[in-house]
Amino acid sequence: MTTVIQASGLSRHYPGDGSPVRAVDDVRLVIERGEAVSVMGPSGCGRSTLLHLLGGLERPSAGELTLDGRRVDGLSEAAWARLRRRSVGFVFQAFHLIDELSAVENVELPALLVGTPPQAARRRAMELLERLDVADRAAHLPARLSGGQSQRVALARALVNEPLLVLTDEPTGNLDSHATGELLKILAGLREAHQTLLLVTHDPRVAAIADRLLSMRDGAIVDDTRLDGGLSRQAALAQIAGWDA
Amino acid sequence: MLALLAKEPAHGYELRHRLARALGPLGEVLNPGQVYVTLSRMERAGLVRGDQVEQSAAPDKKVYEATPAGRDHLAAWLADSSWPKVAPAEFHLKLVAAAATGLADPSALIDLQRRELLRRLRKVQRLVEEDPGDLDGMLLLEGTALRLQADVRWLEACERRWRAGDKQ
Repeated sequence: MTTVIQASGLSRHYPGDGSPVRAVDDVRLVIERGEAVSVMGPSGCGRSTLLHLLGGLERPSAGELTLDGRRVDGLSEAAWARLRRRSVGFVFQAFHLIDELSAVENVELPALLVGTPPQAARRRAMELLERLDVADRAAHLPARLSGGQSQRVALARALVNEPLLVLTDEPTGNLDSHATGELLKILAGLREAHQTLLLVTHDPRVAAIADRLLSMRDGAIVDDTRLDGGLSRQAALAQIAGWDA
Repeated sequence: MLALLAKEPAHGYELRHRLARALGPLGEVLNPGQVYVTLSRMERAGLVRGDQVEQSAAPDKKVYEATPAGRDHLAAWLADSSWPKVAPAEFHLKLVAAAATGLADPSALIDLQRRELLRRLRKVQRLVEEDPGDLDGMLLLEGTALRLQADVRWLEACERRWRAGDKQ
């Protein structure tokens, strides 16, 4: 296994009244390639800040961060921007699509920015839209997409450069229950394809996609546990049925 | 079982398979012995009647059908609106006990319980992913998934309450 993320002493402190606010405090974390990890915790526990640090959207106040074996905690904004384009895909609660670009143009943009030839970028974008079942909306502007369609376009955009790591922050936060179900299937498919995933969420269904759960409180990871393994299919069914008691 | 027999008479083996089908994936863990035990109990209680049927090529089998008393019982069961385990009272009491005695940290109990519920939810979601065919059975798994989600959300409320308690 190769290590995608390695963090130690990772911290992000903001100035506060009197003592600094420790949004992320002394986090040690290793994520291997192909792992699907969810992060849960009460509001304000630092889970979104952690995601921002791992994706280079914010700089740590202290600590070390390695992405794919390379130290990145001291990178400049420009170097991070290049690295993010190639290696990190983001999916947020608000879809952050560019309003003036069609769905397929939104998806191909990051590919064009890393120098993919236009035809190849378009082909890859269309493939992804097809895989995520929104190819029929390729020519539409974001304003004409439903929430579920917008989030699938945003996910296709996150995947277009075959990122090392996909970071999602409350990806179902703006979706109705049907669109959430569709997105869950897609996220499960990414997990099955061994895409390295970090899912920050308070939605139990999203958290349960992962193989590993991190619980955060007051900026610290207080619990790091496997969700997979253990019960056989038969034992799980018996437990659900309540016939194991 | 009574409902399946009220629909049409069946022998034990047929009944077992119909019941398993109605349960979807959960039918896999249906205990066959329990079906036969339940049938003979229902027969003794007068809810079903079994008739021996002679077979030329195989041992005799017993075909069961619902009696009028069985149909009444079934109608009463369908109309009964009681619901199992609405409140997770025991876990609530554990939190109260942990805080009162200092023997455990309520937050740690909540974390432990959340892990367990998410493991179960993960398993249920995997079962649905693996086996998206049978709609009736899937509805049962969906119900299980929804209850687990509600329980996880309730744990969030517990967490807020007990953390607020810490700071008082």
